[in-house]
Amino acid sequence: MSDIKVDDSIDLRGVICPMNFVKTKLRLEALDDGQVLEVTLDKGEAFQNVPKSIKDEGHKIVEVKREDDHFRLKIEKCG
Amino acid sequence: MDRFIEDKTNKVQVSLGGDTEEKKINFNDLKTGGFIKQKQKDLFTVRLRCPGGKITTKHLIEISKIADKYSQKGVIHLSYRQSLEILYVDYKEFSSIVDELTKIGVRVASCGPRVRVPTACGGCEYNPNGLTDTQGMAQMVDEKFFGTPTHHKFKTSFSGCPLDCSRTREMDLGFQGAVDPVWDEPSCTGCTICAEVCNEDAIDAHPETGKPIFKPDNCIYCGDCIRACPTGSWTARRTGHLVRIGGKHGRHPLEALAVANFIPDENVPDVIEKTIEWYKANGVRGERIGSTLRRVGYDSYHTFMEETFKVGSPVREDI
Repeated sequence: MSDIKVDDSIDLRGVICPMNFVKTKLRLEALDDGQVLEVTLDKGEAFQNVPKSIKDEGHKIVEVKREDDHFRLKIEKCG
Repeated sequence: MDRFIEDKTNKVQVSLGGDTEEKKINFNDLKTGGFIKQKQKDLFTVRLRCPGGKITTKHLIEISKIADKYSQKGVIHLSYRQSLEILYVDYKEFSSIVDELTKIGVRVASCGPRVRVPTACGGCEYNPNGLTDTQGMAQMVDEKFFGTPTHHKFKTSFSGCPLDCSRTREMDLGFQGAVDPVWDEPSCTGCTICAEVCNEDAIDAHPETGKPIFKPDNCIYCGDCIRACPTGSWTARRTGHLVRIGGKHGRHPLEALAVANFIPDENVPDVIEKTIEWYKANGVRGERIGSTLRRVGYDSYHTFMEETFKVGSPVREDI
């Protein structure tokens, strides 16, 4: 599951809910189906909300990496 | 006294005027029908039935027109139980306002010792946290049980998740959405999202594999783990209603206690019906079910509900 190719990335550390999700969504919109966006999120509220919202929108989380006080998510655009 | 009817709730007498037609108005019927006397002479509040607080925009437009015509101050109040209340309506216009409301398909609510209009949050239809169809349930209760006479007021509410925005702990009978999570090891990648999103310390991530260690005693059945899991390793074993009974607010609040969990939608009417049956048999006039339960004992209720609660899991929460 490692080494999944990333087409775009965004660092959302310090960005509060729901702006972090909106920014993720805007980046995903610019991608084609099947392309992958890497998102860096703070632990806590951001990480509690964003993955659920991404799933609700039908996208696929293909990789999760924990790094100290933040998480790195790889999201595959679906639809 | 024949020209006055005493309103027992606050000892204010209301003139009914002199002609024969007006004398037919029975003030107890009025309270049953959701007409609430105001301080102002001859003026009443007309409470509408808005189960779950949901109103179509079409209805809202028509209600506004009627309120504008009949409210002498041109105001509506949002009641504490999600209803619209048209204020400052002259009692002489009751039949015409009811006629006009009936024409647009809007009914008047109730007060007094009976099953009240249920309240509800948005529920699973559009709220991401929602686990149950609270709005559908509120409609069902309104159609099936509204106005059923009881010893005292009987309030119900539906919350879609453990955030409990509809405050089921304050209801005579409250239903809160709950989901029983189950984990499937082979599909789990050990990403630790579930441990991170769980607010209840019910999931630890294994220090080496990252896979969840579930602590069921801490779980409040919110389903955050299920919603966040990227691989679908957490799924719902069963979804239903956590049932709470015996709560009330007011001067002497009582907290409702959980009595059953994971009751499916289709069994909710049965729970309400049997609970009212128990209340009617054990309560006394003027007593809320919470007081009855504390006087008679929760054991009596649990025994009575044993069969009904078998579709879910009975719960014993201590006072």
